[in-house]
Amino acid sequence: MRPTFVNVGERTNVTGSAKFRKLVAEGDYPAALSVARQQVDAGASIIDVNMDEGLLDSQKAMTTFLNLIAAEPDIARVPVMIDSSKWEVIEAGLQCVQGKSIVNSISMKEGEDTFRKHARACLRYGAAVVVMAFDEQGQADTAARKIEICTRAYKILVDEVGFPPEDIIFDPNIFAVATGIEEHDNYAVDFIEATRVIKQALPYARVSGGVSNVSFSFRGNEPVRRAIHGVFLYHAIAAGMDMGIVNAGDLPVYDDIPLELRDAVEDVILNRPQRDPKLTNTERLVELAPKYKGGKSEAKGPDLAWRDAPVAARLSHALVHGLTDFIEVDTEEARQAAERPLHVIEGPLMDGMNVVGDLFGAGKMFLPQVVKSARVMKQAVAYLMPYMEAEKAGKPRENAGRILMATVKGDVHDIGKNIVGVVLQCNNYEVIDLGVMVPADRILDEAKAHNVDIIGLSGLITPSLDEMVYVAAEMERRGFTIPLLIGGATTSKTHTAVKIEPAYKAGSTTYVLDASRAVGVVSGLLSKVDRDRLQAETRADYVKVREQFARGQSNRARATLAEARANGFKAGWTSYEPPKPSFTGTRTFVSYDLAELVRHIDWTPFFASWELFGRFPQILEDDVVGKAATDLYRDAQVMLGKIVAEKWFEARGVVGFWPAQAQGDDVVVYTDETRTTELTRLHSLRQQMSKGEGGRANVALSDFIAPVGGKPDWIGGFAVTAGHGEQAIAKRFKDAGDDYSAILAAALADRLAEAFAEAMHRKVRTELWGYAPDEAFDLDQMIGEGYRGIRPAAGYPAQPDHTEKAELFRILDATKATGMELTESFAMNPPSSVSGLYFAHPEAHYFGVGRIEKDQVEDYAQRKGWDLATAERWLAPILNYQPA
Amino acid sequence: MTRQERIAKLKAISKERVLILDGAWGVMFQRAGLTEADYRGDRFADHVGQLKGNNDILCLTRPDLVADLHDQYFAAGADISETNTFSGTTIAQADYEMGGVVYDINFQGAKIAREVADRWTEKEPNKPRFVAGSVGPLNKMLSMSSDVNDPGARSVTFEEVYKAYRQQMIALYDGGVDLYLVETITDTLNCKAAIKAIMDLEDEGYEPLPIWISGTITDRSGRTLSGQTAEAFWNSVKHAKPFAIGFNCALGAELMRPHIAELSRVADTLVSAYPNAGLPNAMGQYDEQPHETAHELHEWAEHGLINILGGCCGTTPDHIAHVARAVAGVTPRQIPERPKAMRLAGLEPFELA
Repeated sequence: MRPTFVNVGERTNVTGSAKFRKLVAEGDYPAALSVARQQVDAGASIIDVNMDEGLLDSQKAMTTFLNLIAAEPDIARVPVMIDSSKWEVIEAGLQCVQGKSIVNSISMKEGEDTFRKHARACLRYGAAVVVMAFDEQGQADTAARKIEICTRAYKILVDEVGFPPEDIIFDPNIFAVATGIEEHDNYAVDFIEATRVIKQALPYARVSGGVSNVSFSFRGNEPVRRAIHGVFLYHAIAAGMDMGIVNAGDLPVYDDIPLELRDAVEDVILNRPQRDPKLTNTERLVELAPKYKGGKSEAKGPDLAWRDAPVAARLSHALVHGLTDFIEVDTEEARQAAERPLHVIEGPLMDGMNVVGDLFGAGKMFLPQVVKSARVMKQAVAYLMPYMEAEKAGKPRENAGRILMATVKGDVHDIGKNIVGVVLQCNNYEVIDLGVMVPADRILDEAKAHNVDIIGLSGLITPSLDEMVYVAAEMERRGFTIPLLIGGATTSKTHTAVKIEPAYKAGSTTYVLDASRAVGVVSGLLSKVDRDRLQAETRADYVKVREQFARGQSNRARATLAEARANGFKAGWTSYEPPKPSFTGTRTFVSYDLAELVRHIDWTPFFASWELFGRFPQILEDDVVGKAATDLYRDAQVMLGKIVAEKWFEARGVVGFWPAQAQGDDVVVYTDETRTTELTRLHSLRQQMSKGEGGRANVALSDFIAPVGGKPDWIGGFAVTAGHGEQAIAKRFKDAGDDYSAILAAALADRLAEAFAEAMHRKVRTELWGYAPDEAFDLDQMIGEGYRGIRPAAGYPAQPDHTEKAELFRILDATKATGMELTESFAMNPPSSVSGLYFAHPEAHYFGVGRIEKDQVEDYAQRKGWDLATAERWLAPILNYQPA
Repeated sequence: MTRQERIAKLKAISKERVLILDGAWGVMFQRAGLTEADYRGDRFADHVGQLKGNNDILCLTRPDLVADLHDQYFAAGADISETNTFSGTTIAQADYEMGGVVYDINFQGAKIAREVADRWTEKEPNKPRFVAGSVGPLNKMLSMSSDVNDPGARSVTFEEVYKAYRQQMIALYDGGVDLYLVETITDTLNCKAAIKAIMDLEDEGYEPLPIWISGTITDRSGRTLSGQTAEAFWNSVKHAKPFAIGFNCALGAELMRPHIAELSRVADTLVSAYPNAGLPNAMGQYDEQPHETAHELHEWAEHGLINILGGCCGTTPDHIAHVARAVAGVTPRQIPERPKAMRLAGLEPFELA
């Protein structure tokens, strides 16, 4: 990464941020750290740390804060600018940073000797320096003085001290303009001119400055201040300014500034001749300023040069860049030029979408951007609709094909399906989306009614796999021959080949790995030329997958259930006292603070849901997907702000603790501490991998609870959701043709639910169960599960049986407490929900049950009160044998 | 030869061929089967607490053994041998309550090495031998919290680390080392304290001696223990204008190669490496054979990645002999000229070009 202008984050500066000053003064360092983190997240390449405040022990605050930063890899990855007017504070800071930092600042204010001494010390500590244009006479204001002082300082540093010239940064003092004092009018010009000369005359040296000073006269009017910063930087950077202390999240773009305002600001910054005989430049800007106070200057629309292109090129630009600002104007212009409104769609709009499709195919655009393009397209089409309807002769649009999509019965997850739908629409396919929890009958009735070309099924939870097999079998029975597509998080090529494809012999079945493959698969299957060949290839491929699967089945040596139990996990009950929770029974939380949840969000899976893979926050700077990820992250942040402020979603949850003891592989849950009456039994499944595998124990969740007759123990359970309101919001966006925001809202609701589970677990550890009251807040550690206790969920590897949710919901009274419901496949509705159990044992850990043998299935069926066939159906994904 | 003449010679040789450093010391002491009595000698016979394992003390109690090891490594073909002073600071010796003899350890350690090296130089004037003053890491780190419940807590201050290193440097200097080797660096801030100690001594009029800096990439994450990448590490210590920069310990040659390649790309000074003899086996022992180490390191030299090679944990005089033979005659890495640019670092590098 080689930036040309470096943003130095200013918010960790007590002189620049009242909020930060307050946090430091109150000793709220965790919150102060989050300010630093936000700066880095917002793109600051360096963070400026300044603790110069009369009431603070600046030296101690600097040391404390820098030591804390050292423990935060997200923040510590960037260099620090140690900012103080006091040398003792700077030196204290230098003693806390392992990287190479910048000292801000040293100067000749106290004469050359002190300057030399400080410079030499910086050299010994290994830091670059900012040198203020300041000498014994004072701060330089004119260009000539700035240049004279900087030149003298440069010579001392390079020739006498031996300072590397590339490590010198000059700060030639940015002073406020438009103060009403005539002598100040040229201050910005002086800085810019001095910058130009310094960069030419003093090789390798850099120029920096505190940008916000320049607009000081307009404090209280942020939009105008931003405009002043934008104009000032535009000219200063052109003159060679390399870095500036600015609010990294709030850097305005020159072209974004409304022309009228920009001109007035420019007259002030450049100290141009007065235009109005009666008003000075300053007076003109002062007069104009209130008009922009409302924030009009925030209007987006980077580099509007594209507006000069012909209308077709403008439409294409808008589609590729996802810009809706001008879409109606441009569509109207295209409509007037076209013979028929339909021609606008088939002509310039489709041409633009083809460009999008090509860029996506070439890996130059990414899913979030493509979905934004679709939003533009939809708005254009919506605009044209009334004209097309008015034109009676209007025939239906020609589509490349018609695809029916549905999330199968019992399942409620549809983010991935919606993304696929949008991508297909972008490629001129008509998509009929039946939504979620769609029974097989309805899927097939609608497919017939609309005469669709392909059916696509989606599902996230394992029981959906069976439902898909059922849909496939129904297609066979009802005489369908059209292709069937399978996708969704829980699906796999193996399952498709082994279970689904054999059920539908009359047509073809294809597994689609992700949204980016969908277009290729669909266009192939609908191509008269390629269709037969592709279907034959897939079929042959699946035959191989089935053979491999069969071989794998017979080769695996497994432990018997008796052996596995004998080799269960030994939790060491003699030396361990199970902690007692602060209450037993349940406790309900309604309208949980969304802002609190935001700080628990794990972002990495959010990007993965948009098929942007990589660890957050590094992904924002990724060479390939960094831009797409950054844009998406910005949109997400904006929407999160609204979600919290406008309470789009309601977070509700319930937590319970009960006396419990393990009995075999089950956990007996008691109604009260007498431990005489059973409230319910929770069942667990035990690993049956062969003992030879590394001498590990064959674990079941029940191993983490003290056995019947042993020490009194407890188990916890929870169900949380952030999804109330989600569907209404998503529908609102969808109805407005904004699939992008609809999907974004759903993805954020998902993240908030996960964050809720994480936050609640923390509350349980530190407070409700309370066995780790002193645990520090560390998101990375939380995501990495570096804490005591686990919260396994039914349907996940440690307990793959989704039906276990039923008992949990019953004892939590979860539906009544939270409005969460279970579908017939035990999916939770609203979709953005999480539930699970709590185990407090220090050695409790996550594991995968893996494949299990018939002996355990029989045993489990008996414990659950099922017949064997029922057990085999619910446990189908983990059976190590082919059921009869 | 005066010290400055030797340093000039060392710099000249570094342009002609790959220099060879010695190998492990710990494993050799282990093999000698020393007892508590060996460690104590007469001088510390009445010392309270165990001394066995405090290898640095052997400079005072078994100088014969220390001299013999220098001798073995020089005989194996090493150009440079390290003083037996890896833990020779008041902070590291505090574990043994031997803080009071730190000056003696370093001074004697340097003298022993000096005598053996000079003997070899006299015998083989065409292959002069050099002494590097070993300055190891501390068990207390400036960048890492000393208290799990308080990420801001530190068990030591910069000033304390600086003073401890300063004392060690002065003793090594007085004992006659040719260069300082700040090695096995787990925390760059500790290293920066050592650098400042050395540079301040120069300001006070001590002869400038070359500084050799060798960090440790602790595992496959490719980071130092304190979290820096290779390039960030280089940016953070470059102000020392080191004679050489490199990595040692923790990894065997195979896993160390990408990090050395990275240093080789970014560092405009000599690059050194002295990896362990592979990774330890289940018993904590190193199995990599001398010819295996030599084979791997020869490939680095052939590819122009390296200027100085040696061995760390698990390597023996036999390993060093094999490496020396394997790279004899191979052209050393050419030092790249990098465009001048401001290069900063947090945990990751930042370049303003």
